[in-house]
Amino acid sequence: MATSTFEPKNRLVRWVDQQLPIFSLLHGSLGPGYPAPKNLNYFWNFGSLAGLCLVVQLVTGIVLAMHYQPSTAEAFGSTEHIMRDVNYGWLMRYVHANGGSMFFIVVFIHIFRGLYYGSYKAPREMLWMLGVVILLLMMATAFMGYVLPWGQMSFWGATVITNLFSAIPLVGEDIVTLLWGGFAVDNPTLNRFFSLHYLLPFVIVGVVILHVWALHIPGSNNPLGIDVKSPQDTVPFHPYYTAKDLFGIGVFILIFAFFVFYAPNMLGHPDNYIPANPLVTPPHIVPEWYFLPFYAILRAFVTDIGPITAKLQGVIAMFASILVLFILPWLDGSKVRAATFRPVYRFLFVILVVDCFVLGWVGANTPDRVLIDLGDSTFDMLHLGQIGTAWYFLHFLVLVPVISRREKTKPLPESIANPVIRPDAHAVPAE
Amino acid sequence: MKIIKAIKTAFAATILLGTGSVLAAEGEVELKHQDWSFNGAFGTYDRAAMQRGFQVYKEVCAACHGLKYIAFRNLMEIGFSEAEAKAIAAEYTVPGAPDEFGDPTERAAGLSDYMPSPFANEQAAKASNNGAIPPDLSLVAKAREGGPDYLYSLLTGYEDPPEDFELGDGLNYNAVFPGHQIAMPQPLFDDFVTYANGPEASVDQMAKDVSHFLMWAAEPKLEARHQMGFKVMAFMLVLTILLYLINRKVWANVKKKH
Repeated sequence: MATSTFEPKNRLVRWVDQQLPIFSLLHGSLGPGYPAPKNLNYFWNFGSLAGLCLVVQLVTGIVLAMHYQPSTAEAFGSTEHIMRDVNYGWLMRYVHANGGSMFFIVVFIHIFRGLYYGSYKAPREMLWMLGVVILLLMMATAFMGYVLPWGQMSFWGATVITNLFSAIPLVGEDIVTLLWGGFAVDNPTLNRFFSLHYLLPFVIVGVVILHVWALHIPGSNNPLGIDVKSPQDTVPFHPYYTAKDLFGIGVFILIFAFFVFYAPNMLGHPDNYIPANPLVTPPHIVPEWYFLPFYAILRAFVTDIGPITAKLQGVIAMFASILVLFILPWLDGSKVRAATFRPVYRFLFVILVVDCFVLGWVGANTPDRVLIDLGDSTFDMLHLGQIGTAWYFLHFLVLVPVISRREKTKPLPESIANPVIRPDAHAVPAE
Repeated sequence: MKIIKAIKTAFAATILLGTGSVLAAEGEVELKHQDWSFNGAFGTYDRAAMQRGFQVYKEVCAACHGLKYIAFRNLMEIGFSEAEAKAIAAEYTVPGAPDEFGDPTERAAGLSDYMPSPFANEQAAKASNNGAIPPDLSLVAKAREGGPDYLYSLLTGYEDPPEDFELGDGLNYNAVFPGHQIAMPQPLFDDFVTYANGPEASVDQMAKDVSHFLMWAAEPKLEARHQMGFKVMAFMLVLTILLYLINRKVWANVKKKH
């Protein structure tokens, strides 16, 4: 697919490249040798932004680890030591803490971009599934990272989430003991979380390499969702998308910097500035904002069904809400990728986005908060969360499979270079 | 791109609703928002207010509350001279190195020592305070929803309970405290401390000053953060405009063809 072959002028570069074609690799993956669709919009900036976030987290995290003490007696104090006494320690920590939030914002937009433009469909199923693996790894990493400062939310968040595994029949209790390294969230838990929080980002790097590799086999999808048909449809990645990505990075850093310098604690929880205390439970235990929709799904189940406890149902549903993404490429049977040409799916997409925000809102509130008082009964946050959860799974498991096979899609444009719809074009019927 | 606008609006709304609802659930009361000098992008601490606040802490709060992440050397950051900080430190005694017989000793605190806590341990704190443990104040301005506004509102929020309100044994009514029953009795009364030179030591003034001081104690690098933030934002703004222009120039020949 390369539009130009790599012929270095510099003799040293040529010598290195002959023995280790690393320059050819860069040339073909991020350079002029990688043809990208010419019509990518700004939603295609979020891949490179996610890569930037990962690097920022790695760099700041490694510096923080040089000053942090992973013991229950010293974790909180060493975090304050970083904030007060380490040169630019406050900067490192605020960048790292807000960087986690930024990473999730970027990745969520990246995922919804994929959902809207059908980037998960053939021939990009592997690319999509690797992305879901990255999301799962990110969630595990973020969760364990939040435990490290050993504040009240760290401790109680860790307690609530690790306890979930006890719902698994037969082996649940043993798994929890293994996670804790004992019989409560304590020093061994903190130690292993620190170890894994350091390890997993490098696993993410590995999967990101696979993700980018898998991207370069079919090349990028595009806002029209149609295949690249001729060289006229593409531009070389460099300089076109390097320039566009750099502009996106500039805008992103401005937003990131706003949070770091002017609202560094806005996305956190005040209770995490209280040292962990196993004897005092905070009034409301809430996870970080990026877990709120999943937290709402977890808490939407309140009735035991025979041996399947409500807790187990919630745990299964929470994991299923992400695992369902793995099979999405096969749930969606439409041959048309972009929602632009799929009016019904497009409508459903908007509802799904709203649904995720609703679930996030429910996750931030106590389930018994009354929304509508109906006199003899009430409509609570719990009920809204149950509706939101039901809709989430209805969307992926029923509506998408059915509609994608029945929906009458709009006629597709001829090509990316010539995005007109031929007058004789017929709408593509579903198969 | 209507859809993008819709998503953006929904996102903004959720952030507002999310934070708003948490606030409402926890506070349920209106805080008295103050016009702090450290607010805003260019906000700085008021040295005189912090020194007065430290005096309030030292003469009133310190009887029960620790400030363990603040060292005496840090007092130079709020405008005390080295000699003044040393003199303040010397008023406190801290455990010294064991003597030649291995017995524990005491010595006057120095600049590198941290503020001693008023109680030896939690049990002692509980015993002296009707079973409640007075929290360390080093981070309290960041550990409560509303921050310094909450502290100020709490300190000025003592009032007589409503007639139908049943107050627990040894508890005090406070309009701002969650549940309105607080173990801490009203700590501030007019002229409780004597400001050397400055405003009258009214409850309102002392509450403001000590909240200001505690905000600094919780976030001592705020000024450095604001200063660096301005430089970073200004630099990134110019750079981003340049990157935008470069991007436009790079794409000019592609866009023209359409």
